[in-house]
Amino acid sequence: MTTTAPEKTETPRTIRARRKQTPQAAARKTLLYAVLIVLALVVILPLAWILLTSFKTDGDAIRNPYSAFPNPFSTEAYTTLSSGQQPVFRWFLNSLAAAALQTVLILVTASMAAYALARLEFWGKRIVFGLIISTLLVPPVIFLIPNYLIVQNLGWLDTIWAITIPGAASAFGVFFLRQFFVGLPAEIEEAARIDGAGDFRIFLQIVLPLARPALATLAVLSFLANWNDFLWPVYVLLSPENLTLQPGLSQLQGAYSTHYAIVMAGAVIASVPVLILFFFAQKQIVESVATSGVKG
Amino acid sequence: MTDTASIVAPRETGAPRPSRSGRKAGRRPGAPRRTGVAYIFLAPFLILFIVFVLAPAVFGLWISLTNWSPFRATQKFIGLQNYIDLFTPGSATSGDFWQSMAATGIFTLASVPFLLIIPLLIAVLLNQRIRAGSFFRGVFFAPYVLGVAVISVIWKYLLDTQSGIINHLLGVIGLPDNLPWTVDVPWVWVTLAGVTVWWTMGFNTVIILAGLKGISPDLYEAAALDGAGAWRQFISVTLPGLRQVMTFVITITILASANMFGQAFLITKGGPGNTTRTAIMYIADQGLSQNNLAAAAAMSYVLFAFLAIISIINFRRQRERAEKSAS
Repeated sequence: MTTTAPEKTETPRTIRARRKQTPQAAARKTLLYAVLIVLALVVILPLAWILLTSFKTDGDAIRNPYSAFPNPFSTEAYTTLSSGQQPVFRWFLNSLAAAALQTVLILVTASMAAYALARLEFWGKRIVFGLIISTLLVPPVIFLIPNYLIVQNLGWLDTIWAITIPGAASAFGVFFLRQFFVGLPAEIEEAARIDGAGDFRIFLQIVLPLARPALATLAVLSFLANWNDFLWPVYVLLSPENLTLQPGLSQLQGAYSTHYAIVMAGAVIASVPVLILFFFAQKQIVESVATSGVKG
Repeated sequence: MTDTASIVAPRETGAPRPSRSGRKAGRRPGAPRRTGVAYIFLAPFLILFIVFVLAPAVFGLWISLTNWSPFRATQKFIGLQNYIDLFTPGSATSGDFWQSMAATGIFTLASVPFLLIIPLLIAVLLNQRIRAGSFFRGVFFAPYVLGVAVISVIWKYLLDTQSGIINHLLGVIGLPDNLPWTVDVPWVWVTLAGVTVWWTMGFNTVIILAGLKGISPDLYEAAALDGAGAWRQFISVTLPGLRQVMTFVITITILASANMFGQAFLITKGGPGNTTRTAIMYIADQGLSQNNLAAAAAMSYVLFAFLAIISIINFRRQRERAEKSAS
């Protein structure tokens, strides 16, 4: 990380000087790539190390913690996980179900609410919108104790409802989609209205299809957030078979503390789906994060 | 739904219609009110929002004003007593609570500067004309999509005093190879801050990079013509141009750091002793494990108050500076 420091002292050159490919400029380019590659390795190598460790046998991982390559190459850790006390693949399915369900709930509720806020005039609009916005910066810890009691009273502790329904009230989702809906051209919608289309048809057949990129972005962000949630499921999920992967990893670490290959295999199982999702939706994810700062 | 003509008509005349009585400055001056339809659209969200956001915010405040306990049939209103206890040295919770607040403060101070400087430098590098820019951007962002549990168990292993590869590599290059990264001070702070930087630097980088792209190239051109070197340009063009974005990044980074939980829960388990037990860890433990709900609810509001003050100061300072440079 400290490798970025030399770059600062190397940059005092004007833009015009950079345009001509002087030897200085070439050296500067080389240094730039060198720094970026070192930084990229700082990210990639630990992940690669974990992946390799997960294919070691338990004995190999304990005896040779400093050798990069498994000897022998083995899927023992994964078989142990699938047959062991800790139902990791069950956790995987729980995580998948919870993240998918919450994503659908957010998309449906937030898009409908955002449509009303962006496209309709109604009594109380400013109050409703103001309330939603005002909760955006409230730290989640405020809701921890009361929501626990609410979920307990609903009988939802240790069920999938606890980790999907409360979090589906996404003020961010409404805000995000509303910004997008406001920017959609009004003309198409008005033409449809002249043709006699009602609000529900306009919403379903015009606004939603136009908003597909925004909906996809919100879907990916919601899915990631639920998949990676940690604090809440640690406290509201109790029985081993109902856990999701993140609190499950915590259990795994406790159960197999020094059996590193097994714990790392658990980490790999928890990472692969989101990394695949990230690989395909990289542009969308990165850009939606990027614009959040410029707009906000 | 009912009168489509009246929606279209005023727009076609081109002139803004005088606003109807009672309507505030709305966004679409031609549209009639359709309150019923609007609330049908809002209902599914509002039900969730009221039950799980608005109600708990008020309910939590109420709990913090009572002697709430799961072992008691009825709760008694006790006013600000829970808050007074927190500010009374020697009470059951105040010592531990303020220690946890201090831990959160130390972590925030230790992590936020690096979470600003490193992403700023990376963003400046990525903003040069380079090949594979989006590849690098993606790589730096990637750890962020992994959950806190994943990155914590990974780094707990890599930083293990005996079998961790980091200590081994340090030994190979002739440095001490037995640093207690996850078990002793001050190393635990280095670990928690370092892991957090590794995990989230890409997130801040991406936001800052978008801010850099928004700075007009003309400004750099003009600065270069005035003979400003790259460093001078960075100071007089880049930093002022990023002011708004950086305020946003600073605010969300402080909020995220102040809400730190998973890293300490999994890597240091709050140790050694309770040194790295953060405010969130303590609140969750008191409220949900020790059944001390009323005190925990009060603590969460105290923490909230601290964060709100920091955010307000932040935005106010940014506004003042913006006004100063504008005048």
